[in-house]
Amino acid sequence: MNFFMDEEHADLVELYRDFAEKECGPIASEIDKASRFPRETFEKMAEMDLLGIPFPEKYGGAGMDNLSYAQCVEEISKVCASTGVGLSAHTSLCAWPIYHFGTEKQKEKYLVPLASGEKLGAFGLTEPNAGTDAAGQQSTAVDMGDYWLLNGTKCFITNGGEADIYVVFAMTGKAKGNHGISAFILEKGFPGFSFGKHEEKMGIRGSSTCELIFQDVKVPKENLLGEVNKGFKVAMMTLDGGRIGIAAQALGIAEGAIAVTKDYISQRIQFGKRISQFQNTQFEMAKMQAATDGVKLLVYQAANAKDLGIPYSHLAAEAKLMAASNASDVTRRCLQLFGGYGYTSEYPIERMMRDAKITEIYEGTSEVQMMVISSWMGIR
Amino acid sequence: MNILVCVKQVPDTTEIKIDPVKHTLVRAGVPSILNPFDGFALEAAARLKDKDPGTKIVVVTMGPPQATAVLKEALSIAADKAYLVSGRTFGGSDTLATSYILSQAVRKMEETEGKFDAIFCGKQAIDGDTAQVGPELAEHLGLPQVTYGLTCEKNADGSGLEVVQEGDGYNQVIGIQFPCLVTFTKPSFDPRFPTIKRKLAANRANIPVLGDDAFPDIDTSRIGLKGSPTHVKTTFTPEQKTGGVIIQEESEEESAKKLVALLGEKKVV
Repeated sequence: MNFFMDEEHADLVELYRDFAEKECGPIASEIDKASRFPRETFEKMAEMDLLGIPFPEKYGGAGMDNLSYAQCVEEISKVCASTGVGLSAHTSLCAWPIYHFGTEKQKEKYLVPLASGEKLGAFGLTEPNAGTDAAGQQSTAVDMGDYWLLNGTKCFITNGGEADIYVVFAMTGKAKGNHGISAFILEKGFPGFSFGKHEEKMGIRGSSTCELIFQDVKVPKENLLGEVNKGFKVAMMTLDGGRIGIAAQALGIAEGAIAVTKDYISQRIQFGKRISQFQNTQFEMAKMQAATDGVKLLVYQAANAKDLGIPYSHLAAEAKLMAASNASDVTRRCLQLFGGYGYTSEYPIERMMRDAKITEIYEGTSEVQMMVISSWMGIR
Repeated sequence: MNILVCVKQVPDTTEIKIDPVKHTLVRAGVPSILNPFDGFALEAAARLKDKDPGTKIVVVTMGPPQATAVLKEALSIAADKAYLVSGRTFGGSDTLATSYILSQAVRKMEETEGKFDAIFCGKQAIDGDTAQVGPELAEHLGLPQVTYGLTCEKNADGSGLEVVQEGDGYNQVIGIQFPCLVTFTKPSFDPRFPTIKRKLAANRANIPVLGDDAFPDIDTSRIGLKGSPTHVKTTFTPEQKTGGVIIQEESEEESAKKLVALLGEKKVV
């Protein structure tokens, strides 16, 4: 058993950090204020193989693993959680299900451009009245012989509008509940597929979140992902992996908050002392660092389990539950150490606090993570 | 095209701190990096390769075994092959001796890699700041050279390069025939990042070492400490200016008033 990174992972973390600090950090505040998706950042990420980290080279990927991918989301989220979630949604929620459930033809047509970063991906499950309760969705796909006829609306879709390829869910057997859901691959530009409202959000404002509208979209038969009526499994397994990405994002937010706070408290003078000289500050920082290091072990464990083929559903849920709660807690306490300046947008900590909150909500709320964990524990 | 890029491992001078008590450079724990100007030279080569993918980029450094790190970095960014020139007899070489050894290494590498059309160097290293090794290497090899290059392109008939050279307040385009040597300064763009795939391949790359016995015809009276006409006698940090008064009042007017009052007090005015 080894808790420490090998040279390969460590080297790549250095690469991710360098990229994040030079390219993502400097524009994080601007894209937050303008609610602007940083297209130019994703183009650079594509050149560096960052948009296909855990996929084999034969599918256009970098041939690394889920741990290295999580570390990339972590490093980027230290300075910009908006960019971090864009990477996570693309990799975990769109490229991965095509990699895992797709046919060879689908992989060639969709995974290769996704993993090489030529195309950006998104995932559409949530509807106004259905999220984790997937069987509650209203979108339908009807078998018309030559194609599937898709109708409905999805909401809160990360990378929505910006992405080229979408993994989308719809009811194909309404009466069968969870056993009546199917997954499809859609391309931006399919007739009848349009984008609705762009959400004005509290945090991760540099990420695109919008509605997907399907009006009589003819989805080619070969774009069914997995088997008919087996889409619930596709959705749940995909979200298991997605939670590792979000846990890594939350971990990064907390680490980023600690880093900027460490700089601030070492300079801010009150009562004739640097505020880092006060024991309250020292103990606060120590507690936050220890909690965040604990979270890091959970996140890396979940990613490592996925790489090793060990069941990781509950490990991903534990990592996300703890990482999200820690991110909210740490950013709030760090802001307190900043005092009044922390409440202004002159410093990044208020953005980090706003960004942290979403990690307790999307890709399964913290309550849903607890359902997954308690169910795994056999508590009924 | 066949391009050789010469690189050097240097201490990251942005990380160097001054010891507040002894007023000397604190060298412990200072990370080593690829000399930034060499990074610009590598980027110039990479841009030529973007346009002409058949281009081969070979990278070389002279230094201790740990200098392999910058060769791996160059491989992860754009280089196809790397060589380390490292030997005990090369230690202590000044710029003239270093460039002489490098010229021998160029001849040696050309046996395997073919003739180099162009040799690219950074204009200077950020540790020694001499800006001598590139031009001296050109002289040892009898090559035409352009210094202070910003960007370059292959000329119309492919027989040489057109180099945009940075002048003092102006730029000029200089044409130069292959084979040639160009030194590069900071352009307006940032060099590219490594890619994951290249980085993983770089870690596994086999880097040949050209050691003391690699150059049988080398004139040993021209290498190492003994072969160096210049010697560093001492290195010291100039005395730091201390004291002084900073006047920074609420308004410029108040600052001016305070300055006049202070000068009056000291009977300067």
